[in-house]
Formats: sequence, structure tokens, C-alpha cells
Amino acid sequence: MIDILIKNLPIIVVLCPLMMSLLVVLIPNIFFSWALTTLSTFLTFLFSILLYQEIQIHSHISYALGKWMPPIGIEYIIDKVAIIPIIIISGISFLATIFAYKIMPEEIEKKSISKVYSLWLLAIAGLLGLVTTGDAFNLFVFLEISSLASVALVAIGAHKDKQALVAAYNYLIIGAVGATLYVIGVGLLYGVTGTLNMADLTNRIADINNNRALIAGFGFMIIGIMVKAAVFPLHIWLPRAYAYAPSAVSVLLAATATKASLYILARILFSIFENSEDLVNNTLLFVILPLSLLAMFAGTIMAIYEKDIKRLLAHSSVAQIGYITLAFAIGTKASIAAGFIHMFNHAIIKGGLFIAITSIAFYINKRVTVNNLSGLGREMPITFFCFVLCSLSLAGLPLTAGFISKLYLIKASISSDGIWLAVLILISSALSVVYLWKIIEVMWMREGKKIVKKENPTIYISLIIITFLNIYFGLDASLVVNGSFEAADKLIGDIK
Amino acid sequence: MITIENFILITILSPLIVCVLTPFTSKNTILRDFLGPIGGIISSWGALNIMNSALNNQNTTLEIVKIAEGVSIGFEVTPLGAIFGLVASFLWIFAAIYSIGYMRGNKEKNQTRFYAFYAMAVHAAICIAYASDLLTLFIFYEVLTFSTYPLVTHNQNETAQKAGRLYMSILVGSSVILLLPAIIWVWVATGSLEMSQNGVLEGKLDAAYAPLLLAMFVFGIGKAALMPIHKWLPAAMVAPTPVSALLHAVAVVKAGVFTMLIVLTNVFGIDFLAKTGASEWLIWLASFTLLATSIIAIYKDDLKARLAYSTISQLSYITLGGALASSMATQGAALHIITHAAGKITLFFVAGALYVGAKITKISDLNGHGMSAPLIFLAFFVGSLSIIGVPPMVGSWSKFFLMLGAADSGYVVVIGVFCISTILNAFYLMEIPARAFFFKKEREINIKIPKLILIPTLITSFLTILLFFFIEPFQNLTSMIVSRI
Repeated sequence: MIDILIKNLPIIVVLCPLMMSLLVVLIPNIFFSWALTTLSTFLTFLFSILLYQEIQIHSHISYALGKWMPPIGIEYIIDKVAIIPIIIISGISFLATIFAYKIMPEEIEKKSISKVYSLWLLAIAGLLGLVTTGDAFNLFVFLEISSLASVALVAIGAHKDKQALVAAYNYLIIGAVGATLYVIGVGLLYGVTGTLNMADLTNRIADINNNRALIAGFGFMIIGIMVKAAVFPLHIWLPRAYAYAPSAVSVLLAATATKASLYILARILFSIFENSEDLVNNTLLFVILPLSLLAMFAGTIMAIYEKDIKRLLAHSSVAQIGYITLAFAIGTKASIAAGFIHMFNHAIIKGGLFIAITSIAFYINKRVTVNNLSGLGREMPITFFCFVLCSLSLAGLPLTAGFISKLYLIKASISSDGIWLAVLILISSALSVVYLWKIIEVMWMREGKKIVKKENPTIYISLIIITFLNIYFGLDASLVVNGSFEAADKLIGDIK
Repeated sequence: MITIENFILITILSPLIVCVLTPFTSKNTILRDFLGPIGGIISSWGALNIMNSALNNQNTTLEIVKIAEGVSIGFEVTPLGAIFGLVASFLWIFAAIYSIGYMRGNKEKNQTRFYAFYAMAVHAAICIAYASDLLTLFIFYEVLTFSTYPLVTHNQNETAQKAGRLYMSILVGSSVILLLPAIIWVWVATGSLEMSQNGVLEGKLDAAYAPLLLAMFVFGIGKAALMPIHKWLPAAMVAPTPVSALLHAVAVVKAGVFTMLIVLTNVFGIDFLAKTGASEWLIWLASFTLLATSIIAIYKDDLKARLAYSTISQLSYITLGGALASSMATQGAALHIITHAAGKITLFFVAGALYVGAKITKISDLNGHGMSAPLIFLAFFVGSLSIIGVPPMVGSWSKFFLMLGAADSGYVVVIGVFCISTILNAFYLMEIPARAFFFKKEREINIKIPKLILIPTLITSFLTILLFFFIEPFQNLTSMIVSRI
């Protein structure tokens, strides 16, 4: 029994939320639909941990779906790279589900709750499928599953604020354009190589030199994924979507959605096209590097001038995605590892910040703007304390997870002769202190109104866990650092 | 028999424990208030033992956590660290007693929070003193900045908010943008974050880059308050006086110059500096800061602002001593950490006493009040003499060594700088007792000074005399900072 489970883990991780989402929709009761969702995300997380242990032994698991052998059939691949986003997505979605219990019924109609949880699980399944699949077209399918579910989830925010509809529509259209670009790219590649299996693609691309269709296909795929990953300037769907989605949805999306796409980006650049070095290197140097730098500064500056806190955090996400793509763009083993380290750390940082801010929104029962925060530091000490710690982590202060990201990112850029990059990274992260401090100062300094509601354990439990993770991975980062270095090792091998 | 490793833990942890216990004792104010002095006594007991072991040339290291491969937090005993650790923990005893008098006398709000963060700041300063590598140093450098923010903005009004912003933006900004990349540069160049007694960069770093890296360190260490990044120190004077006394005359700023000295001696190594001349520009910058801020101090009528500028000037003595890159000058700089601390904390204590006793903040308001609080002005007089460098006050020793060092390194002009600065010191510090004792009284004020303020002030001023005669162990210790080959 256990054997069968272990053998089929790669597909079970995806199927668990997918199947449960079909079940949840049938349960009208608020509590039970939540409980089932929690159970399902918990199981998914558990399976990911099991998968992680399997990976430590086998280091590469290939699973042929329906026993149709690749490259004809669809292949699922779990290796040391894929396990990082799998752990991030399943872990964060579990925490976000716990957090959703109290928050969700406040913000949406009671009768549609089970539908929301169904979409919620569908989105998670889509994201997990995205990172496990080894088939370029199957990836498109999961991309669409996760996007459409997320769009619907954002649109549900309309119960509280009609702006959510606009946000969801934007997200839908731009997301669809991105997915279309990606599938055009896949089509071109299929035309040239005659395969959709990623590993097979890698081998066949090696034999083709300077084929225009190949280059065009690469371009389409990269741009399509960059839209999904919200790489500047293709990020415009993101701030609105995060800001107007229901609170719990913002937490889920902010911490996980772009991570999956960033992982795909790394896969395309360093794995599928590993044999077209010139093409990839030029893309890194002339496209991704400048865009990442722009993202770092544009995102940060937008955040400084933003009054609405959820949007502020969304802009900050754009900047943080810039750090990750910058790490990829430097293209050495150390820097790619730094990118994965930050991918993980950013998920726990942004998750924490969004949980803190949305629980504040729950207590004050208004949109959270800078001015609404006056004096909340004293009213909600636990939330405030966790918010401060997560902010310090985002700014990259020592003893927090964020510091580890910065440390390795800067070390990687200095050792690849990019001391100017290191200085730019630091200037941008010093600027990020400005917007975080703006929030903390208002909460700490100004006198505010009393709020009636007391802080509720079901809400702050996830916050405390995630804040603890921020500190823990700042003190003992060996797990993340080693994992990321192994991933980078796997991705670019011994070439560089 | 307690091992030195345990003494390190005792010294480091006692302020942290005080910090943690303070919120739980907020109901019992007597217990809460006296946690500080008790913690100080235990901590300085540990620091004394550590100093003893440093004198016996024992080498002790203690690794606390290993964050990742080659990145860890750990502590070790160095001669310079032993000195700074003792200064911070020992003066904390008196500053803690003084703060009880001050906070009660002034009826300040949020006292529990104040005491907790006060202890936290001391903890960070002591951790800096015993840091074994650059990362540990950097981490506690930042902890120190963040733990002092609630103290600087204690009054929670508009001025405090503005000052707090300036304080954070300069200190965090400079350390994150310049100090951190400089540390990582050293890491990339040498392959480790360790420091060693004679520097680690020789042969690892191209001499042409040395001035650039040094500049990144110098301007990254904002706490050393070299011009043009000194503005945060006068701004931080909005804090209650115990904060200005212990933190902005001793712990925080000394952490800055301590880091500076460590970088100059244990990262660059004075031989490397002397050979490449990488620190020559720093000599002139420090000299300029030293004189310019002394002149600014003359024009400040606010007592605390004048003391703040005087502090900046005195900190530059220490940086200058390190930059001269000779063994004698380094000794002088290290001794100046002790001597200036004892003198300046006394002066700040007096400033706070006058504020509590009669709400006096301006020097021009002091005319003729000398006899209404003679002991407090006497303490100020003694402290000033020490800062100026008049024997038999301890300040004379460090100035003596600094001047010898300047001669040793062949910078005769610098001796002139020290002399001019001494005259300026006398000019702006002596004005205060002079006004108090010899000027005509303009109005009648009753200065009532609580005992808890008076006693620590008198003790620290007496300390400046006492140390003059007992400087030998410290001098032995400083001579070990730079071992000659």
C-alpha cells in the first residue's frame, strides 16, 4: 500500500487537491467545506514532504502518466529543482487555508463559500501541476487551470468591492494573452522538433542550429511565462489582482502564484534550452537583466508612493520578483541558487506580510490604507510584532530569512564581477525600508481609535507560524541554501 | 571554576535576560528598575574575567549558531573587544541607576518599554565587542540600531518622529548600502568572514582597491559619525538623557569606532595600511571632522547639542588614531574609548541632572547657578578636564599616546590638529562651569537633584581621576592589540 503511494506520489500531489476540489463543491456547510479543504491541503503538504524525502534518495523521479512511456506519453518529473516550488506551494497553501477560516465568511456570500474553496483547491492543483509536469503542452493546460481559477477567485472579491471585477478582467485578458503566447511558442517548437516532452526537447534542440522558428518559439515561450511571472513591465495585472481579491486569496496568490511561473522560466532558460547557449545568454544579458533592474527600482518606487497597503505590498512583490530574475540573469551556479533561496524566502515573507495586513483589514473592517493604521501597533500587539519581523525580513535585515537571500545574491554578483549590481541591489533594498518604515511608524507613533474586536487565535496562528519560519530560516538556513545549491547544480550542471 | 566561554555567555546574556524580564515585572516597579543595575554588575563581573583572560593572552572562541556553510555567529576574546565590553557593561551599572532617578524625576511615560530596550541596546553593544567575525559584528550592529529606535523616539511627538527617521535612514542606509557589500567583498576576496590580529587582506586584495574598500567601510560605519554622516547624532539627542549618556556617548558611538578600529587593525591590518597608504585620506577627513565639529560645538547654546558635537569630535580622535596606522596611535585610540567614555558619560549625566532638577537645557540659562548645585557642577568640571586632557584626569593618557602615535607615523601636522582641538575643547567645555560659578545670577531657580542622579554622576566623575592612576592593565591590553612581528 505504502509502496504504491510512494510510487505514485508525483501524480498524487496534484490529484489530491484536484479531486478534493470536486468534492468540496458538494458540501454547502461553511465549516465542513473549510475542514475538507484544510485536510486536503494538509495531505498535499504531507505528500510533498514525502516526495522531498524520496528526492533525497533518488534525486530524479520520472513518472509516466497512465503508463504511456515518454516521450509519447505525458511525463511527470520531480527532481531537486522542482521540489522547491512544490514545498513552497503546498506549505503556503496549507497555512493560507487555516488563515481563511475566519476571514473568508466575512468577505464573501455564505452560500458561495464551498464554490470558493473548490476554486481555491483547483488553483493549488493547477500550480502544483505546473511544476511537476515534464511536458510542455501539459504545462499549458495547468497554466490555464491555475489562471482561470485564480481569476474567478479574484472576481469573488466583488462582493466587497466592485473594483475586483475590473481587476479580474484585467488579469483574465492579460493572463490569456500570456498563455496564448506560450502555446504559440510550444507550437513552433513542436513544429521544429516534433516533440513536446521537455527532456526530449532538450536533446533535439541540441541538433538544430540557428533555426529561426526555434528562436521565435523560444521568444514566445519566454514572453508568455514572463507575463505569468509578472516580470516588469508585464506585471500590470498583478497589483490590482492582489489588492482587490478577497483577503485569503491575496495571501495564497502573493506567496505562490508567481513562484510557479518563475520556476518554469528557470526551466525553459537553463534546462530546455541549455544547449543553445548564445540564445540564452543574450536573452539573459539584454532582456532579463535590464528588466530585472527596472523591476527592482520601479516596484520599490511605486510602493513608496502607494497609500493602499495591499497594493503597496503587490508593488513590492514586483520588485522582489526582480531580484529573483536578476539572480537568474547573472547565470552562474551561485546566482541561480541565490534566486531559488530568494524564491523560497520571498514566499514566506510576503505570505506573512499579507496575512498581517489582511487580518488588520478584518479588524478595522475597511480597506487598509496608511492613514487607517494609526495606533494599531498598540491595539494589535501580536499582529504588529509579526508584521515588523516580516518587514525586517523583507528589507533583508540580519537574523531573518531575507538576509540570507540578500547575502547569497550579493555574494554571487560580486564573485561574477558585478559589484555595481551588488550596490544596485542594496540601494533598492535600502529603499524598501522606506515604505516598510512608513507603515511601521504610523502604527507605532500615531494615536488611533480603539477597535472593539480582540485578536483572534484562528487568525494569528498562521501568522505566528510563518513569522517563526522567517526567523528560523534566518538562523539556520542550511536546508534552504543546500537545497537551492543542489537545484542550481542540477539545472546548469558542470557547464559553468 | 567558570570557563571563559561561560563568562562570555554571562556577559552577553545578562542584559538580554534583563530585557526579557523587564516586561514581566512592570507591576513591581522597584524590582523592574533595579534589574538594570543588577544585570550591569553581573555583566561587568563577566567582562572583568574576560579581560583578565585577555591579559593572560588566552584565546577563546565560542560558536553559537551555524547559519549555513561558512556563515556563523560566534564570539571570541580580543584585547580591543575586552576593553569595549568592559566599558559598556561597567558604565551600564551607573547609567541604569541614573535612569531610575531620571525617569522617576521626570515622570516619563512607558518606562517598562524604555528599560527593556535600554537593556537590549546594551546587549547588542556587548555582542559587538566580542564578535568573532564580520557577520556577527554586522548583525549586532543592526540590532543596536533597531533597539535604540524606540529609545530615540521615546517621547513619540513630531520632533522625535523626525529625528527617528533621520536616525534610521542614516544608520540603516549607510550600513546596508556600504558596510554590508564591503563585508561581502572581504568574504569574496579572502574566502571567509574571519578576522585576524594582523589583518586578513594583505596579499588577497589588490592594493589599488584598498582605498575604495576602506571608504566603503568608513562611510558604512555610520555610528562612528565621521563627517558627512554625523547628522544622526545631534538628532538623536531628542531621546531622554540616560539614552544620550550611555548610548550616544558610550555604547552606540563606541560600537561605531570600535568597528572602525577592528576593520583598520584586524581586517586591513596596520602594516598593510601603512605600506599602501590606503588610509591617508582618512587621516585628513578625521582631522577635518575633529576640528569642524569642535568649532560647531562652540556655537551651540543647547547643552546636549554641544555635548553631541563634542562627542563627534572625540570619536574622530579614535578614527584618526586608527588611520595613522602605527602601533602607538592604535594604542592611543583604544585607550581613548575608555577615557572618553568615562568623561563624556559624566557630562551627559550633568546635562540630564540639570534638566530634571530645573528644566534647564540652555547653557546661557546657567549663569550664576553654580552654588545652588555645587557637586553637580564640580562633577562637570572634572569630566571636562578629562575630556580636555589635563592630568591627573584619565583623558590625558589617551591624548598623550595619540600624539606619540602621530609623531611615530610621521604626521607632524596631526600633532598640531590635536593641540588646536584641545584649545577648542577647553573653550567650549569650560564655559559651562565658568558661567555657573562666576557669572551674575539673572533669576532665582531652585535646582533639586534626586540622589539617584547625583550619586552615579559623582562616581563616574571620580572614575576619571581614579583611572589615571590605574591605567596600567588597560595600557597592557592595548599594547597587545597590534602585535609586532
